Amino acid sequence: MKVRMLVHGAILGAFCLGFGIVLAVLDRVTADDIAARALEDRQNSLSQVLAGVGQDNNPAVDTVVVKNAEEREVVAYRARLQGKVTGVAYEIYGSGYAGEIRLMMGVDADGQVLGVRALAHHETPGLGDKIEEKKSDWIRRFTGRSLLDPLPERWKVKKDGGSFDQFAGATITPRAVVAAVRAGLEFFAAHKARLTETN
Amino acid sequence: MANAYVKIARDGLWDNNGVFSMLLGMCPTMAMTTSATNGFGMGLATAAVMAASSLLVAAARNAITQEVRIPVFILIVAAMVTLVDLAMNAWMHELYKVLGLFIPLIVSNCLPLARLEAFAAKAPIVPALVDGLCMGIGFTIALTAIGAVREIAGSGTLFADASLLLGPSFRFMELRLLPADRGVLMMILPPGGFLVTGFLVVVKRLLDLRAGKEIQMSGAHAVA
Repeated sequence: MKVRMLVHGAILGAFCLGFGIVLAVLDRVTADDIAARALEDRQNSLSQVLAGVGQDNNPAVDTVVVKNAEEREVVAYRARLQGKVTGVAYEIYGSGYAGEIRLMMGVDADGQVLGVRALAHHETPGLGDKIEEKKSDWIRRFTGRSLLDPLPERWKVKKDGGSFDQFAGATITPRAVVAAVRAGLEFFAAHKARLTETN
Repeated sequence: MANAYVKIARDGLWDNNGVFSMLLGMCPTMAMTTSATNGFGMGLATAAVMAASSLLVAAARNAITQEVRIPVFILIVAAMVTLVDLAMNAWMHELYKVLGLFIPLIVSNCLPLARLEAFAAKAPIVPALVDGLCMGIGFTIALTAIGAVREIAGSGTLFADASLLLGPSFRFMELRLLPADRGVLMMILPPGGFLVTGFLVVVKRLLDLRAGKEIQMSGAHAVA
């Protein structure tokens, strides 16, 4: 009986070892490609939210880590022209209808929004997903805005007395995104010196 | 011998279809059929995992003792899923962005495990491979059909974003059948998945009845 148990253990162990080796090898083989794809994805989303500013560096590798108001570490990507920061992009977070909404926003050195894009969310398909750029142009209306345009008390959806349209059937999602963008602008204002420092 | 393969193929594709007859793998079936393209992609990934793991289990069936077979099967399915996940992320990245979140779900799909236990563990390599492949293709057909019905009713499109999955030359498949915003939203929400799956199970049984076949209930019991 003891011997039989050892045999079973050895068989299971051998399979674990074999597949462990196969997976370790494949992980090695694919690691560089996967890292390259992840970098491409990041450059892609950065180029969308940093469009319109002059830059001669690669923002995806020019980063600084700053803690936001909720003590969460935020990686900021910086576009530079001749060493001077022309734009900063970073992730912002909204609390949506079905969990967290992750967005990437870019601002220029004066604190004007260059662009906002949704990265990941779990909002209702057909309602809340209009924050995606490919579903609706709603997300583009932040471009050019700043903390002075509109004034802070108007940084809300229209239903709450602010200046931003909600979309039909969904209020919670746009409310969360507007609040996240506003928090993103306040984050930039609070850490402007650190975010735009010249190396 | 050829007859045996025809039987395996018929079983996998229609008679004993994983979704419509055995009602296995309901988790990815509900989660991934919000559009025909999503269902098709999820089906293909599952088919690849099923073919590979059936082949491996059949090849190693004499080395696996009865007592440890379940952990070994789960290990093999999980390893195949991880292989597909890594390979897709590295070399089919556009597809991975569409399906990536759902690839790990294949591990929790009981259809591959059921076929390993019911078929591959007792069969030679070639029939096991054919069975895994045909069951996987049957799963793909079922998911694509459910996805198509839900997508037409819910969003008014058919095969939207197929070019992301299959390449730009398949853009001709992307149809808009109803004007935008005219769909019944519920169909792409979870209740729609249950409703459409239920209706399509009924449709399949009616077709079988009309063809004079006895309705097969054996599959679910044989493997449960």
